[in-house]
Amino acid sequence: MNPAFSVIFLTTLIGAGQGLFLALFVAEMLVQFRALSAAPGTFYALGSLLAVALLGLGLLASFFHLGHPERAWRAAAMWRTSWLSREVIVLPLTMLCVAAYGLVHFLAGGAASLALGGLGVLATAALFVCTGMIYACIRFLQEWASPLTLVNFTLLGSASGFTLASAYAAWGAPALVEPFVFCAGALTLAALATRTASLMRNARLRPKTTLQSAIGVRHPRIVQQAQGFMGGSFNTREFFHGRSSQWLRGVKWLFLVLVFPVPVLLLAAGLKQDLPLALCMAFLSQYIGLIAERWFFFAQANHPQNLYYQTVG
Amino acid sequence: MTQLALVIDLNVCVGCHACVTSCKEWNTSGSAGTLADLRPYGKDPTGTFFNRVQTFEVGEYPNTETVHFPKSCLHCEDPPCVPVCPTGASYKRPEDGIVLVDYDKCIGCKYCAWACPYGVREIDEKRKVMTKCTLCVDRIYDEALPEAERKPACVLACPTSARLFGDVHDPGSEVSTAIRENGGYQLQPEWGTQPANQYLPRRKTRIDIHQDELVRADNPLRKETNRPSGPVEAQTLDDVTSW
Amino acid sequence: MSAAPEHVPAGSTRSETRNTTCYMCACRCGIRVTLRDGEVRYIEGNPEHPLNKGVICAKGASGIMKQVSPARLTRPLRRKPGSERGANEFEAISWEEAFSIMEERLASIRASDPKKFALFTGRDQMQALTGLFAKQFGTPNYAAHGGFCSVNMAAGMIYTIGGSFWEFGGPDLERARLFVMIGTAEDHHSNPLKIAISKFKRAGGKFISINPVRTGYSAIADEWVPIRPGTDGALLLALNHEIVQQGLYDRDFLLRYTNAAQLVNVNTGGAEEGLFVRTDDPVEDGCVEPMNKLWWDRVTDSAVLTHSEDADPRLMGSFVLDDGTPVKPAFQLLVDRLAGYTPEWAAGITGIPAERIRRLAHELGVTARDRKIELPIAWTDTWGDEHQTVTGNPVAFHAMRGLAAHSNGFHTIRALSILMTVLGTIDRPGGFRHKAPFPRPIPPCAKPPTGPEAVQPGTPLGGMPLGWPGAPEDLFVDEAGEPVRIDKAFSWEYPLAVHGLMHNVITNAWRGDPYPIDTLMIFMANMAWNSSMNTMEVRRMLNDKDEQGEYKIPFLIVCDAFQSETIAFADLVLPDTTYLERHDVMSMLDRPISEFDGPVDSVRIPVLPPRGECKPFQEVLVELGGRLHLPAFVDAQGRRKYRDYPDFIVNYETEPGSGIGFLAGWRGRGGEKFMQGEPNPNQWQMYAQNNCVFRYELPRSYQYMRNWNKGYLEWAQRHRLVRYADPVLIHLYSEVLQRFRLAAAGRREGRQPPDRLRERVATYFDPLPFYFESLEAQQTDKQRYPLNAVTQRPMAMYHSWDSQNAWLRQIHTHNYLHVNPRLGRREGFADGDWVWVESPWGRVRCLCRFSEAVEPDTVWTWNAIGKAPGAWNLTPDANESRKGFLLNHLIAEELPTADGALVSNADPVTGQAGWYDVRVRVYKAQADEPQQSHPQVATLAPVPGESSGRAPWLAYMAGKLRGGSR
Ligand SMILES: Nc1nc2c(c(=O)[nH]1)N[C@H]1C(S)=C(S)[C@@H](COP(=O)(O)OP(=O)(O)OC[C@H]3O[C@@H](n4cnc5c(=O)[nH]c(N)nc54)[C@H](O)[C@@H]3O)O[C@H]1N2
Ligand SMILES: Nc1nc2c(c(=O)[nH]1)N[C@H]1C(S)=C(S)[C@@H](COP(=O)(O)OP(=O)(O)OC[C@H]3O[C@@H](n4cnc5c(=O)[nH]c(N)nc54)[C@H](O)[C@@H]3O)O[C@H]1N2
Ligand code: SF4
Ligand code: SF4
Ligand code: SF4
Ligand code: SF4
Ligand code: SF4
Ligand SMILES: [Mo]
Repeated sequence: MNPAFSVIFLTTLIGAGQGLFLALFVAEMLVQFRALSAAPGTFYALGSLLAVALLGLGLLASFFHLGHPERAWRAAAMWRTSWLSREVIVLPLTMLCVAAYGLVHFLAGGAASLALGGLGVLATAALFVCTGMIYACIRFLQEWASPLTLVNFTLLGSASGFTLASAYAAWGAPALVEPFVFCAGALTLAALATRTASLMRNARLRPKTTLQSAIGVRHPRIVQQAQGFMGGSFNTREFFHGRSSQWLRGVKWLFLVLVFPVPVLLLAAGLKQDLPLALCMAFLSQYIGLIAERWFFFAQANHPQNLYYQTVG
Repeated sequence: MTQLALVIDLNVCVGCHACVTSCKEWNTSGSAGTLADLRPYGKDPTGTFFNRVQTFEVGEYPNTETVHFPKSCLHCEDPPCVPVCPTGASYKRPEDGIVLVDYDKCIGCKYCAWACPYGVREIDEKRKVMTKCTLCVDRIYDEALPEAERKPACVLACPTSARLFGDVHDPGSEVSTAIRENGGYQLQPEWGTQPANQYLPRRKTRIDIHQDELVRADNPLRKETNRPSGPVEAQTLDDVTSW
Repeated sequence: MSAAPEHVPAGSTRSETRNTTCYMCACRCGIRVTLRDGEVRYIEGNPEHPLNKGVICAKGASGIMKQVSPARLTRPLRRKPGSERGANEFEAISWEEAFSIMEERLASIRASDPKKFALFTGRDQMQALTGLFAKQFGTPNYAAHGGFCSVNMAAGMIYTIGGSFWEFGGPDLERARLFVMIGTAEDHHSNPLKIAISKFKRAGGKFISINPVRTGYSAIADEWVPIRPGTDGALLLALNHEIVQQGLYDRDFLLRYTNAAQLVNVNTGGAEEGLFVRTDDPVEDGCVEPMNKLWWDRVTDSAVLTHSEDADPRLMGSFVLDDGTPVKPAFQLLVDRLAGYTPEWAAGITGIPAERIRRLAHELGVTARDRKIELPIAWTDTWGDEHQTVTGNPVAFHAMRGLAAHSNGFHTIRALSILMTVLGTIDRPGGFRHKAPFPRPIPPCAKPPTGPEAVQPGTPLGGMPLGWPGAPEDLFVDEAGEPVRIDKAFSWEYPLAVHGLMHNVITNAWRGDPYPIDTLMIFMANMAWNSSMNTMEVRRMLNDKDEQGEYKIPFLIVCDAFQSETIAFADLVLPDTTYLERHDVMSMLDRPISEFDGPVDSVRIPVLPPRGECKPFQEVLVELGGRLHLPAFVDAQGRRKYRDYPDFIVNYETEPGSGIGFLAGWRGRGGEKFMQGEPNPNQWQMYAQNNCVFRYELPRSYQYMRNWNKGYLEWAQRHRLVRYADPVLIHLYSEVLQRFRLAAAGRREGRQPPDRLRERVATYFDPLPFYFESLEAQQTDKQRYPLNAVTQRPMAMYHSWDSQNAWLRQIHTHNYLHVNPRLGRREGFADGDWVWVESPWGRVRCLCRFSEAVEPDTVWTWNAIGKAPGAWNLTPDANESRKGFLLNHLIAEELPTADGALVSNADPVTGQAGWYDVRVRVYKAQADEPQQSHPQVATLAPVPGESSGRAPWLAYMAGKLRGGSR
């Protein structure tokens, strides 16, 4: 696939937003269970605002993906069958929950916040499922059609959210830095494991669709001579990234470095040395890495339609 | 239940592209139009087409087969492009199985194109909506047209009649018969999309000449020889044997 | 689909449908054009048209884009005073100015030396009118594209069987069981051939394609026989050899319907050597062959008059006549000729294994013999014998430029015609079928003028500009035997150049060889680009000046509908209409669209008004004819006779009262006659009411065996298709050629070739086909240039016409050199690399594409995709000019002879351009070279009257064109 930056930003931004919200809620739970001293209401409120902002930015980015953004509201129609439609419903719902959660904290806090937070967690989880399933449900995009897609979206989103929360806490609730860093680190490492698992899985994939089944001719040697047009079409623009395999490998290593070891080291350093800047850097690194990761995620998906568009001739 | 579809006979398709431009021509001014062309007179011209003809080479010289391969939306019976559409713009008509896009609902998210393994949907870059073969739904039911012409534009155009049109659920239809009798097949059967359009494979005719057919009593060369020929001068068995 | 459908149902008042005839190519299908609010909604095949029966092709269905093209010329243009040719600087002028410029110039030429005006036309369909204009003007310098196109096919077959493929006849695929297609990619009979091939395959026939490349039609062949280009002569001779060897020939057919059994004088060195022995009675007259030759009867073992009843002639043997003349049946001479042409011999030349050649011969022969067709149709032959059935041998062939476009093509095509004849497949069911007005006498009666005296000031030409020489006496040469025509057609260099040599006109005129001309008028030909060989040099010649600073070709008039590369060189540009904007006729006097079962002609009737100031070229000629007082165009008082072209078509008669005109249908006052009859004022309406077609279906008994079918021949004579009702015996052995050969040997009375050409004529005017390497191959270093380079026509493009067509150019935006991967591996380049293709004459840089469907010693590309930057109103960076290329740069229009003189790169018999003879080598371009095709020419700007805005997008909707070029 040819990665679309609107979708890359959509998924990475909302992932971070969802993760941030989860971090806030985890913090509140920890406080509830007296594992930690309470943080000020404004911390949750501003944190939620930040999460809503990220979710909102993601939503905004998604509009750039549409040919007709003014009709975007229509996208809620088909929630019975379409994961995209579900995402379109769940995303604003999530934003609503998170906003309400923040508002409650801003106003008073208390039991309502827990209930709203619980709802928010459900919404966030649902959103992770929707987002992941948008990709995982396309069964012939074999690189995507795996539970790992869901797991990765969830873990990577959460990790980036917790990393962001670490940096945020350093500024607003230093007591929370430590648990956030630990969670962020743990999530990052978990994500490393699952993302590596999906990389390994994808490397071993044998495409089920071949030129033979694509055109229905049984012969070991089939070569396309002409794709039927020469100046390109939607099918060549949308599904081919047009980059070399070296470039692809480069992006892979880039994200493997930026998303996992670098943030973990920066997180550790930030925690140890009490360096808020390091925590910020950790998020920055991870987020940039995730852009690369998401780019790679799309680029690596080899659409069977590409078999039909091999040769200008 | 009716399932309209095209059956494409690769045995006679010569790759002439008549189906490509006749489709464009009918549809650009029809209810599926307009079909935009970008840089129509410039570098790398590109445009929206519902139907493309490709060429593949099978095998190695001198045993090469050149296969011309037209492809448009296959109107899958279980079309993966439809359930993913968030707006309901993509839909499959229950009455005749045609898969269509409602341009007024489409938001141009391209998700349906991702969900189609066959690469037959194209965003119209001018109108920013998803487009695809409509099976000429605005022709095939037009009662103002004579019955014989209520067929897709590409089918009427095709000089080799490589494109058959009809109801693949009606076992007696021309298309069903063609599929049955000529080994019709579906593309990418591995995904269970059950494309309604099917393809007929190449069929070869051979002539086998038996040696006997070369040696015949009525060979005209015999008329040219002088017979009977004169006697042999030297001795023969005739001269020396008797029993 | 939109909720508010744009679709206006077919019956709506906003839409209307009209019939006319397509001209996106020369096939001439019937089309129905539906307009919405006056704009073309769609164009579809007319289901009631006999040719295409409702189907259409990629080009035909893109006709809309031709109308909206920004490359359309819309105003008459004059080269800006002071600007150079080629600079493309023009000023728009009025038609009146354009006419007075032409009138003044042409009137003075006509009054002094009419041959200084030359009119050459490209892939047009109105040679009846252009030819008439030239003849009336008095110039011999007229021809159409035939000479650079496929004259070998026309001449090779017409001089052998009295008809040909191309537009004159074709394979009867409805009844054939085996079909062999040779060297054809698309051809003129585009849609009908596709319809027929598909039906043929579905009916279980076997389809063999002989072609170095497997694309298009060849793709669906049951068997592909890759062959080295230019070697088909060897293959066909070997097939003939094997068929004769095995006795697989149709003896009865040969005896009765060909000259195979006729006795040829074999008296070595005699003046009659190689001629048929004749009796004194009946005498020869005109262009018919009376039955005055001899057979050797095997029953009586003596010579008898040919076609004597009860005689059973010998096909083989060697005999002596009573007067001591040694004779052989023509067939024996053929057998002698074929002796050395064994499959083993041919294998080494063609690259096809001998075993395979043998098998092919057996398949042909056995299918012809054993799958006979018998139709219960009674007919009578020309000798009065009645036959209860029409029989046929179901083996059909089709061949085109793969055979024609070689300098050895004439003899190759003779070999094919003979193969078809020995198999007994001429004008019989399942074989080759003629189309009216064929068959014609061999050669046909029309002759070119015979000497310079035919050209006189102020007088029409004394004869037809083009014709069919039957002997040296028919050549168009002066006392010294030198050419009278600017293209040297009908001279000893190219005696049977029956379609002229358009590809040499510019070079000859530039050199003043045989003489300089003043005005060259080019209609519908892109002579500065894809239809000339040696394109860059030709462009230079168009621009070249003499010592006085005058252009060597002083005045150039170009009539075109689009801004082609040639426009840039014109002094005067005449903007033509498109096919949807004008009247046209596909006339019986030219090349009608006849079917196997009878004559058919057709017309175009405008469905759209002309764009801008466009004017049909037909109107231009009618107007000029009036202004120049050409007799056919003015009345007794010298006043213009015809209101306009439609009026001309209705009222013109080939001679006063002849009743023969351009259209054959609905003649006579009330339209009650056909072929011949008085002018009918309502003729156009009657065509309009009948799908723009007139079709006459012959009685079934006249539909076959027409060379010898008494009923048909008498019908054809009655209806003035032919002058004589005599049979047309097949010329297995060509006495016509032998006459030229005897003259060359100095053994014949009358005209003799100039000494320098004696050997050439003696060599190539062999009465029996023989194989020789193409002229170019003979003199090329084949070690250095080991490959053959050929072009093919893409089905979705017509020559250079369609690069301005927004839809078609997306299919062929640029072209590649297609090469076998083995070549790439050997030369170290990869699929998609930039490579150089080099011939002895030039080199071209282009992109290559690997293909397993090409014979390893051959490389090929699509024809005429490459364009000059800015031409056709494409942007200067368009792929056509930056990645596309022309193979023409590698092809020489002239070849040096052994004595250093130059001759056309053409068949020495017919003058057919040898497009496909060029030898090349291919090697990788350097990494630091520009990623751009080479050569490049200067960028052309749009001309006045062309829409300048090349809009970034186009979204056509009839009735409301969105965006685009307006
Ligand atoms: N779509 C379309 N149709 C056209 C035209 C067009 O431009 N576009 N042009 C029209 C005109 S003017 C003409 S003349 C006709 C020509 O119609 P075709 O004769 O079909 O023309 P080409 O494309 O030149 O095809 C020549 C074929 O011969 C093969 N060939 C080349 N050399 C040899 C050889 O030595 N031996 C054999 N056996 N094969 C050989 C080539 O590979 C190619 O397939 O088409 C007409 N129809
Ligand atoms: N390398 C190579 N060269 C070849 C050939 C080949 O096989 N290989 N084939 C040769 C053959 S067979 C042929 S026939 C020639 C064809 O060569 P040409 O006859 O020169 O054909 P084109 O160049 O396509 O078209 C000539 C002009 O006709 C114009 N035209 C189109 N429609 C109209 C109209 O309605 N009115 C007027 N007035 N003009 C119009 C076009 O704009 C174009 O400029 O090419 C020859 N050149
Ligand atoms: S071919 Fe593609 S677009 Fe057409 S119905 Fe099937 S999945 Fe949908
Ligand atoms: S592009 Fe249009 S049709 Fe396709 S999924 Fe999106 S809304 Fe549906
Ligand atoms: S059925 Fe109609 S829309 Fe579909 S490919 Fe054919 S012409 Fe185009
Ligand atoms: S129109 Fe017919 S023959 Fe031509 S490419 Fe299409 S399917 Fe093939
Ligand atoms: S074959 Fe030629 S005449 Fe017929 S529809 Fe196509 S372009 Fe027109
Ligand atoms: Mo031609």
